[in-house]
This record gives sequence, structure tokens and C-alpha cells, in this order.
Amino acid sequence: MSRSDALVDADWVESRIDTPGTVIVEVDEDTSAYDKGHIPSAIKIDWKKDLQDPVRRDFVDRVGFEALLSERGISNDDTVVLYGGNNNWFAAYAYWYFKLYGHQNVLLLDGGRKKWELDSRELTRDVPSRARTSYTASEQDATLRALRDEVIAAIGKRNLVDVRSPDEFSGRLLAPAHLPQEQSQRGGHIPTAKNVPWSKAANEDGTFKADQELTALYKDEAGVDFGKDTIAYCRIGERSAHTWFVLHEILGLPNVKNYDGSWTEYGSLVGVPIEIGEGK
Amino acid sequence: MSDDSCGAPAGGVTITKDKAGKEAIVEGRVLRGGEPVATGYARLLGTGDEFVAEVPLGDDGGFRFFAAPGDWTLRVLAPGGVRLEQAVSADIGHVTTVEFAV
Repeated sequence: MSRSDALVDADWVESRIDTPGTVIVEVDEDTSAYDKGHIPSAIKIDWKKDLQDPVRRDFVDRVGFEALLSERGISNDDTVVLYGGNNNWFAAYAYWYFKLYGHQNVLLLDGGRKKWELDSRELTRDVPSRARTSYTASEQDATLRALRDEVIAAIGKRNLVDVRSPDEFSGRLLAPAHLPQEQSQRGGHIPTAKNVPWSKAANEDGTFKADQELTALYKDEAGVDFGKDTIAYCRIGERSAHTWFVLHEILGLPNVKNYDGSWTEYGSLVGVPIEIGEGK
Repeated sequence: MSDDSCGAPAGGVTITKDKAGKEAIVEGRVLRGGEPVATGYARLLGTGDEFVAEVPLGDDGGFRFFAAPGDWTLRVLAPGGVRLEQAVSADIGHVTTVEFAV
């Protein structure tokens, strides 16, 4: 993968708003943003209601993903263009999720909803109607997703990239600073993890930094060994999907996984090692 | 706010008064000619412009952060190249209120 295979800009999307075979999808945790105005022809996916199992802490299964995409009118041959708020966190998560279930023809709008809004591009409240399809998904691609035992086994062996803010990494905060801090899990980070906050990979308008800057950020400044396999994590796996996108899709590193259990799982496990304070 | 959420709703998260006493809250509004600016973003920055958090502005032009105690910079971005900044301090049990005029 490379940047041009995975990322498109707003002009590209604007020119394909009514192109058959292209489906624009806004992905948010709070879909009221979509309801107030979205890119013309875009449909919505709710990160929580549509992509998370309503009972267990896990994704919807393959059959559930097939039902979702069929109901939204997305077919296996469609090019899916994802965008969203929060600097594309949830759209990057959905991108990773689409890849996990085998949909290869997926793109991310650089800068997401934020850049589109700051550019004063057109937003509409019109909700498109798409004919139902019969979507077929693959089983989950295990090369893209890390589970807890694999993460514990990776301590000191693979690159662990903690993409939370420095205050969350050190244990001063348990959640991003736009959220209340009262949480059940312990503070800190997985030993040997490098702290490269997701925000360092993004410009102020939400677009991704240039390849050269990204390589310098991870390899030269943070000491991530590009010759080793990598696992990225954050608190619930959406900010680390943003970093997974950078490392795997933009920079083309071959073996990068997203640990979607992330700190809300790891920080609540009994008996696992935790490191606090600044990175080593 | 439950563990299974990480996004920033427009305007920031609202919490009850009893819980607010345990937080270092920085909040405010962005106004243009006295009217709310509802399209835009508030960013909380640490030392050396280090990004900490961001929320989209609410319908009332509002934003709210739950910071660690200390000194911070608030930056507002809005369409038309608007980019404003103010220095703020946060402390546990205290609500720091900031207003931006575009």
C-alpha cells in the first residue's frame, strides 16, 4: 500500500459525488453531525450501533457485517470512500474494519469532515436512498488485529506504539482531555511501548503529514524499528486505527496490527505489567 | 461517559455538578457579533503547542475540556481561516471559562 492507494483529497471526492460504483460514507460515534449536514450523497455508519456487538465487547460478526452493508446498499464491487469527525478517527477505524472483513476497495478522505467544513464545502441534510444489495464478507483477516495475549507476548519483542496523549501515556490522565477522567482501569502504558500521539501524524486541519515527515516521526524521533512487526494501541482502538492507517497504508509497513482492546482492556487486566511515567 | 467511548461530541461532554467537582474543567464559547459560531473546532494545547484534545463547537458555539491541572493554550479554528488563541489555567474543582470573539 501507499498514500495514493488509500487516501483521496476533497477535490477528488467532490468530483465523484454522483459517480455510480462510488459510495461515500460518513462514520462517527455521534451521528448527529451527519444529521445536521453531510457530504452530498453520503450515507452514514454509526461506529457504536452499527460496528459494535450490542452485548459482547467485540465487533459485529461476519454475518452482521454482511447484513449491515447489504442494508446500506453497498456491494462488493463498490469503491467505499470513508470520512468522519474527530480527525477521521472513526473513519480510519471503519477503514481498518472494512479491510478486516475483506473489502479491499476502500479509501479515506484526507482531512475528513473537519477539512471539508473548514474549506466551507457543500454539506446537505438530504439523505440518499440506496437499493439493497447482497454483500458477501470474508472471515476476519487475523493479520490486521491484535488480541491481548499477543500484545503481552510482544512486550520487548515487537514495536508497541501507544498513540494516546503524553498525559494518558504517563498515567496522569485516564482518557483524552475532552472526556471526564473518572475511569475504572489503572493509568500508565504497556512496558516498552513508544509514545507517538496520533495527533503528531496529522496537520491542524486533520490531513495527514507528508510521508517524509511521518517516517521521521516514527523511525527517527520515536525509535520505531521499521524492520520489526508493530502493534498500535490507544484507549479503545480508534485513534490507533488512525496510526495503523499511517504505518500500514500510507508508509506501507507490512506487519502492523491494531489492538482494539487497547488501554480499556489492558489497563483492567489482572497481573499484567504496567509502566508509568515518561517513555523510556 | 462510559469506557466504550472516546469521541468528542459537539460542544464537549456534559457532566453532573457533583462529578464536576473532581475535574479541572476548561469551557467557553465562540461568538461572532454576539452570535454563536457553530461550525469550528476548539483545540487544547500543552507546552510547546503539543496537541492534547479537540472538540467540534456546539450549536451554541460552546466547548468543554477536562484537563489536568496546569497551564494550557486554547486554539479555535473556523471556516474562513479563523485561528484564535488564548492562554488558560485549569485546576481541580474549578471551571475556567473563556470566550472567543471572531
